[in-house]
Amino acid sequence: MTAVPATGEKVPKRRKAAPSTIERGESKVAWAFSAPALILLLAFIVLPFLLAFVLSFTNQRLISPLPTRFVGFDNYIDTLSSATFWKGFFNNVWFVAVVVPVQTAFALWLAILVNRKIPGRVFFRTVFFLPVVTVMAAAAVIWTLLFNANGLVNAIMETVTFGAFAPDWLNSTTWALPAMMLVGIWQGVGFQMVILLAALQDVPEVLYEAASIDGATRWQQFTNVTLPGIRNGLIFVITVTTILAFRLFDQVNIMPRVPGGPLDSTRTMMLELVDTGFRSQAIGRGAAIAVIFFVIVLVLTLVQRRFIREEGEVS
Amino acid sequence: MTTQPVVAEGARLDSMERARRRNLIIQYIFMVLLAAFFLFPLVFVFVAALKDDASVLSDSDGIGAFIPDPWVGFDNFSSAAERASLWRVFLNSVIISSFIVGLGLVVNSLLGYALARLRFRGRYILIAVIVALIIIPFEALAVPLLYITAELGWLDTYHVQILPFVANPLFIYLFYTFFLNVPVSLEEAARVDGAGPVRTFVSVVAPLARPAYATMAILGFLFSWGQYLWPVMVTRGVDVRPLPVGIGVFKTTPPVQWGDIMAYAALMTLPLLIIFLIFQRYFIQGVASSGVKG
Repeated sequence: MTAVPATGEKVPKRRKAAPSTIERGESKVAWAFSAPALILLLAFIVLPFLLAFVLSFTNQRLISPLPTRFVGFDNYIDTLSSATFWKGFFNNVWFVAVVVPVQTAFALWLAILVNRKIPGRVFFRTVFFLPVVTVMAAAAVIWTLLFNANGLVNAIMETVTFGAFAPDWLNSTTWALPAMMLVGIWQGVGFQMVILLAALQDVPEVLYEAASIDGATRWQQFTNVTLPGIRNGLIFVITVTTILAFRLFDQVNIMPRVPGGPLDSTRTMMLELVDTGFRSQAIGRGAAIAVIFFVIVLVLTLVQRRFIREEGEVS
Repeated sequence: MTTQPVVAEGARLDSMERARRRNLIIQYIFMVLLAAFFLFPLVFVFVAALKDDASVLSDSDGIGAFIPDPWVGFDNFSSAAERASLWRVFLNSVIISSFIVGLGLVVNSLLGYALARLRFRGRYILIAVIVALIIIPFEALAVPLLYITAELGWLDTYHVQILPFVANPLFIYLFYTFFLNVPVSLEEAARVDGAGPVRTFVSVVAPLARPAYATMAILGFLFSWGQYLWPVMVTRGVDVRPLPVGIGVFKTTPPVQWGDIMAYAALMTLPLLIIFLIFQRYFIQGVASSGVKG
């Protein structure tokens, strides 16, 4: 606040409000603003999540005449010694390991393409973004048909590879998950592109001019100006993509003949959780999987949050 | 162009210009191929929705997949409508999504603003908690939530499908990051002019945050329109059931009629496509501004 007031009549008001009063009043307003959302978050996220934690130590089933019993760590031991759980876990890791770098690099390439001031870039940006607004359930059903052994994807594959590569995607234990990776990237990359595009546009033009005068090549400009300039955008994209990839459920539930099939090659942790907790009605064990899953994703996120915070302090 | 040096200079420029043009042409070729990659499933579904069931599958290995022949008009849609009470279900989806988005815009932006601007005890803890809440997948909450809502007698209602999704930590975080980027000077000016926090929010901050509201509205609509697992668990019959649940009916009831399924998928996709194409500039700006400072 400057000593010079904007208008004479506002001065007394401003002076009367001592800092402590402002803060107390502001605190009251803040809680009033926060209350509706906080109550809903408590009732529909925090409470069910805590309940999941409690249930994970019981033998609770969805519909059962037997009384609920405390079973200690049995559900966790059962889960961690279950082959299908680890199958799901490693499929998730495989999915993340491929999709996160590929999708991020792809999104960056798309963003660079539509960032050049050339005619039609708005049209192409819109087209690249369109899959983001399709419902995943619908997209999964459409791609199921496209990935048919005699479907359109294989017609293209046969033309491009002269018949050398045309697997029965969704019925192959090797290629079913990559097919779902492709669907995930197709549907999600436009979102990342838009975020990176905004980051690119925030990099000051003068930096490129300076680099150009210094004789930097296009590649040197990219690594020394572009990448550092969009670092926060990139970290945001990587964080969001990793979390979404770990939540993978829709494709693996809809696209194979049997959810997670063939032979559990597309089973994910989320599918394992739904199969156990909802379809088999073993609430206790399902809750244990939910807690384990949450811990994994939380650790990942905390690592990435720290990364962003350090960077934020520098810039 | 009479003296030697100028000719040389002209030739150099000419070759640079040619290289530039060649780069541009290569870029356009890439962009057209990429556009084809992103568009073909969407073109495919709308074409398939208009043709005969058997041809959808048999034509799907070539260019025939993009030609609506044999044309059956809206037969697939009416057949899909008959099998899944399409219009009732469509209305249910509209009601549920509208309430989730409408209520969500108010409560999420209020909390996002409080976290970004107002000083109060526990603010930093709250921000950390909300970021943590973002990563809890709904599937992890679904089963205990089913217990709670069944206990309350909420099954087979609209509000059991609305209330759990109104407050959304991701949207709160979107608003929070957006409000952090709104220049403080504008609010200070409003405060100096004697406006209270509520008036400052309603008349100064909220209008500035239109892109954030647009983003939440469209993303919220996208998320709620796509809800599948929860409605399966809490609804029986078509009275309050939303659109995406119906697609499972086609998959589990043989024979598989791909024409009907594609018609259904097309109808599910169409409202979002239309909304996006109308508001796209706004939406892309909003998504972008939420991510940059992430």
